[in-house]
Amino acid sequence: MVEWTDFERATIKDIFSKIEYDVVGPATLARCLVVYPWTQRYFGKFGNLYNAAGIAENAMVSKHGITILHGLDRAVKNMDDIKNTYAELSVLHSEKLHVDPDNFKLLADCLTIVVAARFGNGFTGEVQAAFQKFMAVVVSSLGKQYH
Amino acid sequence: MTTLTAKDKQTVKAFWAKVSGKSEDIGAAAVARMLVVYPQTKTYFSHWQDQSPNSPAARKHGKTVMMGVGDAVTKIDDLKEGLKELSQLHAFTLRVDPANFKILSHNILVVMAVMFPTDFTPDVHVSLDKFLAALSLALAEKYR
Repeated sequence: MVEWTDFERATIKDIFSKIEYDVVGPATLARCLVVYPWTQRYFGKFGNLYNAAGIAENAMVSKHGITILHGLDRAVKNMDDIKNTYAELSVLHSEKLHVDPDNFKLLADCLTIVVAARFGNGFTGEVQAAFQKFMAVVVSSLGKQYH
Repeated sequence: MTTLTAKDKQTVKAFWAKVSGKSEDIGAAAVARMLVVYPQTKTYFSHWQDQSPNSPAARKHGKTVMMGVGDAVTKIDDLKEGLKELSQLHAFTLRVDPANFKILSHNILVVMAVMFPTDFTPDVHVSLDKFLAALSLALAEKYR
């Protein structure tokens, strides 16, 4: 089981209570599709992903970015058992969506960058450490049911 | 070997021109974050009296690293040749495990996002990420 300090718990709750989901979600997915273009393989039906501008304006990308970010809510509410909280989502990503689990880390890195830009100097080294630890647990849990 | 396109090189040079004035702050912040978020990296600095992230030694090291990055920008057309000596230094004297180049690169990107949120667009991000990866590869060239 993952041990969380009071600081880590407070930090995660604070970040997720402050971010604007309809800004951060779309920005994160869009950034991922630009910075790691091979991730576009999962979005063949999304239409125009030809360049950063097209991706940024793409309504399907925005909508999906919000969906993904809200998917993290469950982990925020169940920090003491993220592994089991995400068991079903892990199966979904493996069996139905066929997403290479290495991609979870790429998206997590993009979220870190977007959150860093959002909070500026408030995103201190300590906050970054807590956030990255949380995302590492999320990423690991999402990959747990793959076989 | 990572191939930087003409667009990547242009993007990196333009972004660097914008941010290089703050290069010391960027370096200090990146090294500080690295020491906090990836504490295993402190093992390379056991010779520092003060290993805390904002110590004078850490700040100085950040400045040194960013000077190297800035130099690499000027040698962007042939990083392998341009960074030959730095690679020898890292391979034979410093012997930093190349996995740490990735860690420091990540923290440089985070600092760019913190300090230049509007300029650090996805397009700049991808080109800078590629550049830092190419730089890291050139630094590891002489290792074995």
